[in-house]
Amino acid sequence: MRVTVCVKRVPSTTTRIKIASDGRSIDEGGVEFVLNPYDEFAVEEGLRQAEKSGGAVTVITFGPEAATKELRGCLAMGAHEAVHVPADAAPRDALATAKVLAAAIQATTPDLVLLGRQAIDDDQGQVGLMVATLLGFTALPDVVKLEVAGGVAKAEREVEGGLERFELPLPCVITCQKGLNDPRLPNMKGIMAAKKKTIATAAPAAAGATTTVQSLELPPERAAGKIVGEGAAAVPALLKLLRDEAHAL
Amino acid sequence: MACILAIAEQADGKLKKVAGEVASEAVRQGAASGASVLGVTIGAGAAAAAAQLGDFGVAQAVAIEGQGVATYSGEAFAAALAAVAKEKGATLVLMGATSFARDLLGRLGALLESCPAADCVALAADGGKLVARRPVYAGKALQNVAFGASPAIASLRPNVFAAAKGKGATTSVATVAPAAPPKSCGKLVERVATGGGRLELTEAERIVSGGRGLKNPETFTKLIEPLAAALHAAVGASRAVVDAGWRPHGEQVGQTGKTVAPKLYFACGISGAIQHLAGMRTSKTIVAINKDSEAPIFKVADYGIVGDVEEVLPALTEAVKALKAGH
Repeated sequence: MRVTVCVKRVPSTTTRIKIASDGRSIDEGGVEFVLNPYDEFAVEEGLRQAEKSGGAVTVITFGPEAATKELRGCLAMGAHEAVHVPADAAPRDALATAKVLAAAIQATTPDLVLLGRQAIDDDQGQVGLMVATLLGFTALPDVVKLEVAGGVAKAEREVEGGLERFELPLPCVITCQKGLNDPRLPNMKGIMAAKKKTIATAAPAAAGATTTVQSLELPPERAAGKIVGEGAAAVPALLKLLRDEAHAL
Repeated sequence: MACILAIAEQADGKLKKVAGEVASEAVRQGAASGASVLGVTIGAGAAAAAAQLGDFGVAQAVAIEGQGVATYSGEAFAAALAAVAKEKGATLVLMGATSFARDLLGRLGALLESCPAADCVALAADGGKLVARRPVYAGKALQNVAFGASPAIASLRPNVFAAAKGKGATTSVATVAPAAPPKSCGKLVERVATGGGRLELTEAERIVSGGRGLKNPETFTKLIEPLAAALHAAVGASRAVVDAGWRPHGEQVGQTGKTVAPKLYFACGISGAIQHLAGMRTSKTIVAINKDSEAPIFKVADYGIVGDVEEVLPALTEAVKALKAGH
């Protein structure tokens, strides 16, 4: 089985966001970039599915030159091939990104395409579903359990108050949710092997954005609160404030 | 003529709570722009659910029912909804930002050639363009996005847009058959309820969350769950305790978990790492209970108690019970 995994380089979860001087993006100074945490589940799942079926995993990223570091990390985990689609300065929204990725994915002729459930920067959670629709593949987001056999993916996703089980004919796109697996850490052998691998480059397909980010702003600061007191003795005062001042009870 | 589609999520003929919020926002946007509003429901029970949209002031609705959408399939549902949007010349398509939209929003964007904005917290016209406001970086920043293609497509975060009930309009419902689905479709084979009817985090008006300060999973269960029950609150957890395996990941609040905005949020034994604060900072009232008076959680909390959760929480639970009994 051929598995293709799409990954993104994003600011780490510990990043304090500062707005850049253009008022539309973040100031990247001092920001630590990492592989999108949900993409770790996608890479791990790709490796497991490929190991089971004797297939290979190709990892694709659409991003700046620096994102080859994250691709190298995926190769160190065990991915077989990596493709970098360089992003130019042109603004792209989720749909434009999906068009670029769909073209790059198609070139890998996959049976299974895996992505994280969302990138933790834009928080759109749409690219996987768009890619599937553009390619005519089936898809399911937010998957916590996956079995692939006989040309069908059996996948489970969490929804409000329950679980849904789906059957999807291949080729299909799955977006991966926390809980799907426990991603491996690259070992020394993997890291050394990854250094020797070549990262292929593919030109991005032409795709214009249909939405424009007008501005980015920080949320309003919360006003300083008050310490009601110490220990269990403060409980009656807290409840009085919640009821009479905050009207929350 | 501009036309707003309010895709109203329903199950077995009953509108979901978020559907009322979506319908109400569609009516407000229609009143502001002069656009007509059309409710859309889909799947088994669609016609019965569509008739309930009158309560929110939606007078016209399309119910997509029949073979092809009798059971859920993302591919088939998206194709059917996109066909209605095209046929009606929709200029704005709205739906609730639930798991329903997580499966359908991106597909609709690809089918209608217009990038949607997910999880919006406000919609406003700005110089003839519609601008959506949405949290990014799990709420550490807010993005204002202008739509350049028609229809503009947006999912609305639950519990943010007011539902204006009691309009008493009668909805004229046209039942239509779904458009042909694509060649390859997935299908829902089973839906299983979990958690014994527990409150859903993202929908809950009150949340009691616990962190590493609870010391172990047993104490977490013993102290957090009774307080949550007394308050009719959902249970949340910090990433540390989810990663430690104390609680299921569905309860995680924060950047790699859920973003929540309840009316009342209790952070118990949670220090307040930046990725946790990102996920709950828009809660209306925040209460923090932590033994470390320097913990960052106190900087975002409206009310704080400095103390040991093992001492404070049982007292708080009893006091809440007494308060409820007194009402």
